[in-house]
Amino acid sequence: MHFLKLILRNTLRHKLRTSLTVLGIVVAIIAFGLLRTVVDAWYAGAEGSSATRLVTRNAISLAFPLPINYQERIHKIHGVTVISHASWFGGVYITEKNFFPQFAVDAKTYFDLYPEYLIAPAEMKAFIGDRKGCVIGRKVADTYGFKIGDTIPLRGTIYPGAWSLTVRAIYDGAQARTDTSQLFLHWDYLNETLKKASSRRTDWVGVYVIGISDSDRAAEISIEVDKIFKNSLAETLTETEKAFQLGFVAMTEAIVIAIRVVSFVVIFIILAVMANTMAMTARERISEYATLKALGFGPRFLAGLIYGESLAIALAGAVIGILLTFPVADIFSKQVGTLFPVFGITVETIYMQAVAAIAVGVTAAVLPAFRVARVPIAEGLQSIG
Amino acid sequence: MSIPLSYTLRNLATRKLTTLLTAGGMALVVFVFATVLMLEEGLRKTLVETGSPDNVVVTRRSAGNEVQSVIGRDQAVVVENQPEVANGAGGLRLTSKETVVLISLTKRDSDKFSNVLIRGVGQTGIELRPQVAIVKGRMFRPGSTEIIAGKSVAERYQGAGIGETLRFGQREWTVVGMMDAGKTGFDSEIWGDVDQLMQAFRRPVYSSVILKLNDPAAFPQLKARIESDPRLTLEVKQESVFYAEQSQLLANFIRYLGMVLSIIFSVGAIIGAMITMYASVANRTAEIGTLRALGFRRKNILSAFLAEALMLGAAGGVAGLVLASFMQFFTISTMNWQSFSELAFSFTLNLTIIVKSFLFALIMGLVGGFLPAAQAARLNIVDSLRAA
Repeated sequence: MHFLKLILRNTLRHKLRTSLTVLGIVVAIIAFGLLRTVVDAWYAGAEGSSATRLVTRNAISLAFPLPINYQERIHKIHGVTVISHASWFGGVYITEKNFFPQFAVDAKTYFDLYPEYLIAPAEMKAFIGDRKGCVIGRKVADTYGFKIGDTIPLRGTIYPGAWSLTVRAIYDGAQARTDTSQLFLHWDYLNETLKKASSRRTDWVGVYVIGISDSDRAAEISIEVDKIFKNSLAETLTETEKAFQLGFVAMTEAIVIAIRVVSFVVIFIILAVMANTMAMTARERISEYATLKALGFGPRFLAGLIYGESLAIALAGAVIGILLTFPVADIFSKQVGTLFPVFGITVETIYMQAVAAIAVGVTAAVLPAFRVARVPIAEGLQSIG
Repeated sequence: MSIPLSYTLRNLATRKLTTLLTAGGMALVVFVFATVLMLEEGLRKTLVETGSPDNVVVTRRSAGNEVQSVIGRDQAVVVENQPEVANGAGGLRLTSKETVVLISLTKRDSDKFSNVLIRGVGQTGIELRPQVAIVKGRMFRPGSTEIIAGKSVAERYQGAGIGETLRFGQREWTVVGMMDAGKTGFDSEIWGDVDQLMQAFRRPVYSSVILKLNDPAAFPQLKARIESDPRLTLEVKQESVFYAEQSQLLANFIRYLGMVLSIIFSVGAIIGAMITMYASVANRTAEIGTLRALGFRRKNILSAFLAEALMLGAAGGVAGLVLASFMQFFTISTMNWQSFSELAFSFTLNLTIIVKSFLFALIMGLVGGFLPAAQAARLNIVDSLRAA
C-alpha cells in the first residue's frame, strides 16, 4: 500500500513534466490507433468477402471485359447456385474528388449474392422497375445527402456522356464491416444505351460473380470455369472473392507497408520522450534513492518504484489516448467520406495500443532502474542532481 | 556581452542520455518528414520527366488516361496530318499511334499479380522519347511477336527478363530487349509492335496518338483546331502536363498523409524538447541567478537557452537527414490509382528537401525551448540564488 502511494506521490511531484509526458503518449497512441485503422480499412474489402462467392475476370487483366454469353455456360456447372455480373462504371459525380465506386450489375441476380446488403423489399421492387434507377449505400447517401427519388448526375469516363440516375433504393450493411459506399445501376440500361450509340462495346461485362453452395468446392469450381474458356478469345481467371480483393490490396502494398512502418515510428518517438522523462527523474532523485537504500530498502524495491512510476504515466496516457481515438477516428472518417468504405476501430487495434503503451512504459524504465539499483549509497548521497 | 556558446554546449554534453533521447526523438520526426518529401519528389520527377514539353498526347475526351481512351483509325489519321507535326530523319512524320492496355503479371518474389502497362508503339515511338534507351538486347522487329521490357518490369516480373516469354492474347511473346528510361514512367512499361498487339487483343482502335511539335509555341493553335473539329471527340494535352495529371491523386495522398503525420509526430518531439529544457532550467536555477548577478541580462539568458534548444533541434535534424539519405537506395512500386497500372519510383533527396527538413528540426527545437527559456529569463536574481 505504501509502495503504491509512494509511486503516486512521485508521479505527481513534477506536475508539468508528468502532464507533458502523458500528453505526448496520448498523441502517439491516437496516431498509432488511427494509422492501424487506416491499414485495416485497406483490407476491409477482403475482410467483408464471403467464402461462397467466386469472381471470374478476364485472364489478361481486369481492364478486359468478358462476353455476356459466358453467363449461361458458367451457370450450368454443378455447384453454381447463382451467377451475376458487375461492370466498373467509373462515373464522376461533379468532380474527381467525390469518389465512390459504381457498378453496372445484373439487377435481378446481383443482390441474391450479397445478403449483407439490406434493402427494403418495396425499394428493391422500385429499383427493378426503373431502368434508370440506382441503388446506393448508406454511406454514399449520408456523405452527399442523397434521398430516395433524387437524381444523381454522373459524367462517364469509361462510357462517355452525361448520365443521370434516380435513387430508388438505399442499402444498409448487415455488419459494421459491410461496404456501403457503392452505387449500383442496371447493366441492361448501360448496354442498351451503348447499343443506341452503336458502340462496339455492347454485350460485355466486367466480372462474373458466382455463388456456390459449398465453399469447400471453391478451388474445384474455379478450375472448372477456367477450363471451359481455355483457348477462347477471352480466357478467364476465377478466384475466391477474398483472393480477388487481396489482389487489389497487393497492388498498393507498398503504401500499406509504409503506413505500418510509420505507425511504429511514432511509438519509438514517444519511447524516446518517455525514456528521457524517466532518466531525468531518476537522476534528480538519486540522493533520495540512496537515502532509501541506507534505510535498508533493497535495489528491487527502488527499481519497482521507477518501473511503477513509468507504467503509471504510460497507462494514464494509454487510457486517455484510447478513449480519444474514437471521436478522432469519427471526425477523420467524416472528412475522408467515401474514400475509405469501412473505417472502424477494431478490438485488436485497442489491444495493440495498450500493449504499445505498456511496452513504452517498461522500456523507458529499464536504464534508470538499472542505474539506481546499482548506485553505491555514498556516491548517491553526494549527488547534487 | 552574451553568454559563450561553450556554456550551452557543455550543458548538453553533461546530460548525455537526455540529450541523446531528445535529439533522437526529433531525428525520427525529421526522418518521417524528409522521407515523405523525398517520396513526393521521386514521384514528381518520375512523371514530369516522363513527358517532354514539345510532345503532345491526344486521347479521347474525358478519358483521363490512355487505358480508358479509344481513338478510331479515321480520327487518328486526321490527327496525324496536322500541319504542326515535326518531321524526323528521312521526312518521316514524328507521330506515333499507340495502343495501351493493362495485363496482369505475376511478381518474381511472390505469387501476387499486378497490372503492368503494355504499350503498342509505331516505328517512331522510340524516337519520340529520347529518354528511352535500349540497354540490353535489341529493339523488337516490326510485325513480330517480340517485345521489350522496361528495367523495373524486367527485374520484378516473371517472364519479363531478356530471353523469357510471356503469354497473353493467345500468343507467346519473347522479350528481346530491356529499356532503361532513366527512372521515368516508361521503366514500368512493356513495349511491342502496335499492329501485332492490336490483333492479339482484338482491339481495332488506338488508345492515344503522340506527336512531336515543330515549334512548342504552336500548341495552343493545334489544341484549338483538334478540339473544335466536329469529326473528332478528342482532347489534346502537352505530354508533360498529361503525366503530371496522372500522378496528382497519388502525389496529393502522399503529401497530405505525410504532412498530417509530420505535424502529429512533431507534437511528440516538441514535448520531448520542452521536458528536457524545463528540467535544464530547473536544475540550473542557482546558476542562472549567478549569471544574472555577474551582470548578464535577461535577454542573454533567454538566448542561451534558446541556443540550447536550437542545438538539440539541429542535432536531431542532422541525424534524421542522415537516416533519410539511406532511403535513396530504395525504390517503391505501387499502383497509380489514376491509370490503374504499376509505377516504380524512388526516394529522391535534393537541396530543397535538406533545407526544409533542417528548418523543420530547428522550428521544433525553438517551439519546444521557447517557454522554458522565457521562464529562465524571468527568474528573479535573489530568489534563484537562494534556490540552491
